[in-house]
Amino acid sequence: MHASTPSRDLVYLAVFTLVVLTMPIWLEPIGAAYPNLMQRFAIYGIFAIGFNILFGMTGYLSFGHAAFLGVGSYAAVWSFKLLSMNVIPAVLFAVLVAGAFAAIIGYVSLKRSGIYFSILTLAFAQMSYNLAYSVFTPITNGETGLQLALQDPRVIDRALGIEARGIPSPGLFGVEMSGYSGFYLCAVLLILCFFLAMRIDRSPFGMVLKAIKSNQTRMGYTGFNTRPYTLTAFIISGMYAGLAGGLLAATDPLAGAERMQWTASGEVVLMTILGGAGTLVGPVIGAGVIKYFENIFSAFHEAKLHAAFAFLPDGLENVLVTITAPFVGEGWHLTLGVVFMLIVIFLPGGLMEGAQRIYGMFRRRPSAGQRAADKFQPAE
Amino acid sequence: MNEFVLQLLNGLDKGGAYALIALGLTLVFGTLGVVNFAHGALFMIGAFCAVVFSRLLQLETVTVDPERLTPWGSPMEIRTPLVQAWLGDFGAFLVQYSVPLSIFFAIPVMLLVGLAMERGLIRFFYKRTHAEQILVTFGLAIVIQEIIKANFGANPIPVSAPAALSGSADVGAWLGLGGGIFYPWWRLAYLGFAISIVALVIVFLQFTTYGMVVRAGMEDRQTVGFLGINIQRRFTVVFGIAAVVAGLAGVMYTPIVPPSYTMGMDFLVLSFVVVVVGGMGSVGGAVLAGFLLGILQSFASMNEIKSILPGIDQVIIYLVAVVVLLTMPRGLMGRKGVMET
Repeated sequence: MHASTPSRDLVYLAVFTLVVLTMPIWLEPIGAAYPNLMQRFAIYGIFAIGFNILFGMTGYLSFGHAAFLGVGSYAAVWSFKLLSMNVIPAVLFAVLVAGAFAAIIGYVSLKRSGIYFSILTLAFAQMSYNLAYSVFTPITNGETGLQLALQDPRVIDRALGIEARGIPSPGLFGVEMSGYSGFYLCAVLLILCFFLAMRIDRSPFGMVLKAIKSNQTRMGYTGFNTRPYTLTAFIISGMYAGLAGGLLAATDPLAGAERMQWTASGEVVLMTILGGAGTLVGPVIGAGVIKYFENIFSAFHEAKLHAAFAFLPDGLENVLVTITAPFVGEGWHLTLGVVFMLIVIFLPGGLMEGAQRIYGMFRRRPSAGQRAADKFQPAE
Repeated sequence: MNEFVLQLLNGLDKGGAYALIALGLTLVFGTLGVVNFAHGALFMIGAFCAVVFSRLLQLETVTVDPERLTPWGSPMEIRTPLVQAWLGDFGAFLVQYSVPLSIFFAIPVMLLVGLAMERGLIRFFYKRTHAEQILVTFGLAIVIQEIIKANFGANPIPVSAPAALSGSADVGAWLGLGGGIFYPWWRLAYLGFAISIVALVIVFLQFTTYGMVVRAGMEDRQTVGFLGINIQRRFTVVFGIAAVVAGLAGVMYTPIVPPSYTMGMDFLVLSFVVVVVGGMGSVGGAVLAGFLLGILQSFASMNEIKSILPGIDQVIIYLVAVVVLLTMPRGLMGRKGVMET
């Protein structure tokens, strides 16, 4: 492992910024450079970074994180309905509500650890999901989903004399949130979130979180009360999810309860593990890969496969198409499941570990003395 | 009173399904120490065993009867299931009772699936963290679910119960409460089936030498190993048994809810809650918690209760789980010292 130094981090951040902002250019050749999909990359990247602050740093596996995403979406849509079509209050409101929600759930769930923590978060998320469909229908609009309407009050907009014809769409001081402007807003927020996660990772607070992951009992013996730290991590992570939910609502002002279902929570776990839990950039990569394949693979069908394998002899082409057909289109979840299993079995560190191994193969082997020095580092 | 009895029966019925699935889950955890998120998928595979079996029995031969004509003048086609054509009345009986008979088809299939799963995947995860076990079995559950979806489609497939059991029983008359309480025969059969399977598993564990060794292994695996017993093989067999129990729960459930590829995931979360409420690794706890939560869920869906606490029927199970987990560190009947943090 490299020691992280401020100058290295600066380079890291600069490269990340550059890569994110130039996404429309380098995604072009692989057919993913349309704004709607790139918005999703950025939004789910934020969600996964936030999840990683909890799971990657402290090791607490939450299976209910989608609840915060859903709550954030609802909060943002309500802000559009009641206050203003501006994105800023909506996103702030989403983050705050999700944070408060996370504080309550985290306070209760963090009384336990390990599998019990997972089950508790799962139980809370399922409760929110079921209630959103039943009792809270006045707030959530049940199965239809919460939508904007013509006669919404929009107090601030009306007071400022902003009137829209028809149902207005969310914007940032007149800039519409669909298309490339929406993507750049999400991208800037993604970079900010990444920066924040990096600062947390390098801070003493981040050090405590990682210590909790490696040995919580010993932390207790040394006189640390770990609860406030894990709770803070949980709330931060919930706020990230709320931000992601708010942005989802900002790019498409519709909030439905299915965003809170536990399989949606499972998805963010998949993203984080796939990319590499505990690394900074891994979760973003995981989110991007999953969202990319969700869009690209699910659009494939047999005719396209035939076209893709057309350079092969006919017999071989048909065989290959028959083999690959169940994995694309409707069946892309199958691909996801298989890839995910392979990653957990062979590469528990995710794609980042894979990249590091490949990098390690090409690097000059460290000399024997160097290796010995690595080996006998003091444990404390 | 009538409503009360009806909901009690409903609850016992639901509880039966929960108990059967949770039983296998808790056994696997108690023996192998593995958290198996693919257990719901086993339940689903069981249900689809019933679908496959009844489809096999209903393979038809088409003969054209030139004597009789359809209303639009063409010769009438007569479809008879092959089994009926070969075996006559006995064949008709087989077709009629396809669901209960698929139990005999499901047992070997589930045993094979279970053993393959344990030998092929689970055994490499004994030493890894619970989080990794959850993740890999979650991935497996997705894969199984998608394979089923690719082969059987996304829509629920209705499977009918035998005609003799498709009506309703006058439960009120049996209990001397007067008439008016009717309950489907098939659900009563399911309840009886669930209770007998649970009893069988408990008898196996408590009163056979094999079961005794398994329990000893759950207590102290190392010592049992020192005595020259291949405890690993027995635990693998236990995994197979757990798969069979989950599969049979699925087979018998098909006439109640038509099987679809999501049923595994739907039941997985609930059965996990049941297991932790009962206590990880405790067989009695899983059965108790299964029936308890089933009954509570039914009573919470009564109108009288819903009018006091709206929405309680949606959350009662999770609410109970939260309260139990926070007040009783190892669930209702968990063993002391096992998974208490």
